[in-house]
Amino acid sequence: MKDRAEYARKGIARGRALLALAFDQGVVFVSENSSRSLYKTSEIYDRIAFAAVGRYNEFEALRVAGIRLADIKGFQYAREDVSAKPLANAYSQALGASFIGDAKPFEVELVIAQVNPTPAVTAGTPVELFHISYDGSLNDARSYVVIGGDAEPLRTALQAAFMPSMTRDEAIHLAVSLLRDAASRPLEAADLEVSGLDTQLPRRHFFRLNSDQLSPLIG
Amino acid sequence: MAQHPSDSPAFALSVLASSSLHHTSSFFDVLHTHAPQALAALANAGQPLMSSLAQHSVDGTTVLALVFADGVIIAGDRRATSGHLIARSDMRKVFPADAYSAVAISGAAGPAVDLAKLFATELEHYEKVEGHTLSLDGRATKLAAMVRAHLPLTLQGLIVVPLFAGFDPHTNTAQIYEYDPIGGKYLAQSYAATGSGSLVAKGTLKRVHRATVDERRAVTTALDALVDAAEADSATGGPDQLRHIYPLIAVIDSAGYREYADSDVATIVDDVFAQRGQ
Repeated sequence: MKDRAEYARKGIARGRALLALAFDQGVVFVSENSSRSLYKTSEIYDRIAFAAVGRYNEFEALRVAGIRLADIKGFQYAREDVSAKPLANAYSQALGASFIGDAKPFEVELVIAQVNPTPAVTAGTPVELFHISYDGSLNDARSYVVIGGDAEPLRTALQAAFMPSMTRDEAIHLAVSLLRDAASRPLEAADLEVSGLDTQLPRRHFFRLNSDQLSPLIG
Repeated sequence: MAQHPSDSPAFALSVLASSSLHHTSSFFDVLHTHAPQALAALANAGQPLMSSLAQHSVDGTTVLALVFADGVIIAGDRRATSGHLIARSDMRKVFPADAYSAVAISGAAGPAVDLAKLFATELEHYEKVEGHTLSLDGRATKLAAMVRAHLPLTLQGLIVVPLFAGFDPHTNTAQIYEYDPIGGKYLAQSYAATGSGSLVAKGTLKRVHRATVDERRAVTTALDALVDAAEADSATGGPDQLRHIYPLIAVIDSAGYREYADSDVATIVDDVFAQRGQ
């Protein structure tokens, strides 16, 4: 079991870190990603998004499965009935079972994010973040989650610098500056993947910024 | 594939486990594999529909689409009939499929509305999985496949015939596709209509419509055709100025899909009636 955990942790640490931060009207994902088309983050449903680090083919399959589960539920009931917690639980069960039983554990860590455009319905919690680890451990957070790469020092730096109610651009700027501090080379817009959920967008809240949109925000 | 109730943890696990083995970007395929009970058409084939049930099935319609200078109009009346009775006077028959396309439906109301919802979900699912939208022709082809898959219910008399219209913002062109009850797909030239009043509507469109007109002219023509159809076909409803229930008019152009507010349709209806001296 310890060997498996070690194996999984090493695989995940080999990749680049990903920061998920809440801002005043949603949540933003920021990570280093040199690919123009292979993404670490994705839309799952109207107000739910997916972010992952680790082995691409493994988290890509999990991403598609999450979209399927969400669309099946939304189709059979109603769109507003699809929420992040049951999805996070399903991922937690799947990764947990795989960790114990499969030939090799998943080398992935996931963040499932949800924004609630009508906080009155959800008792005033605008953003929910779920962190699912390679062994199925599930934790929730309200402000930020850091996964992958050398996560621990980044987490410490973010804890010191995070402010609730930042604007989207402030949150992006903060995350990028922390990644730049930790990086061994300069990071430009083309080296970054920035996406998230914005409650101001109609129905489908997921957004992705391309290099042209990102450059002016990060200097 | 073992069947679990879709609320159960085992269901979620089976979906998660199969996603790497079973590659498809089609939500229709996903439902067929994991929740076939949600696709009623595939389950119950072959039995003729009991005549007592057939009398109560809700159908009849006129829906139409026409290409104009800047895009395409898609419109439908609001009446649903069940035999000689008017079952609904406010039925929606035009549905956005995605940002730049729409489906209008005719035939048995329940299955037709389901088809429209399934189609919209299919398009969005594909876009989320693959990372880009289907081409207009790809969407039209997928809709044809869904009509074909509906065949068991069609053979029982619950016919569903859609009309598909879309705008391609990259080439600035609009297309209309018509279908037959068993899934044949046909590209229309500049207009199309389906439903019990479609023959009358097409007569009007053939006489009056030109694909180069502006939006106001195009919407007026669409309403003209629907009024003509309503006057000839008892299963098609005309504008109801008493209850403010009007045909549903939608435009798809470079700005995407948008619907006319009732008040705006009402204004153009006034023009149409004025020109007829009513």
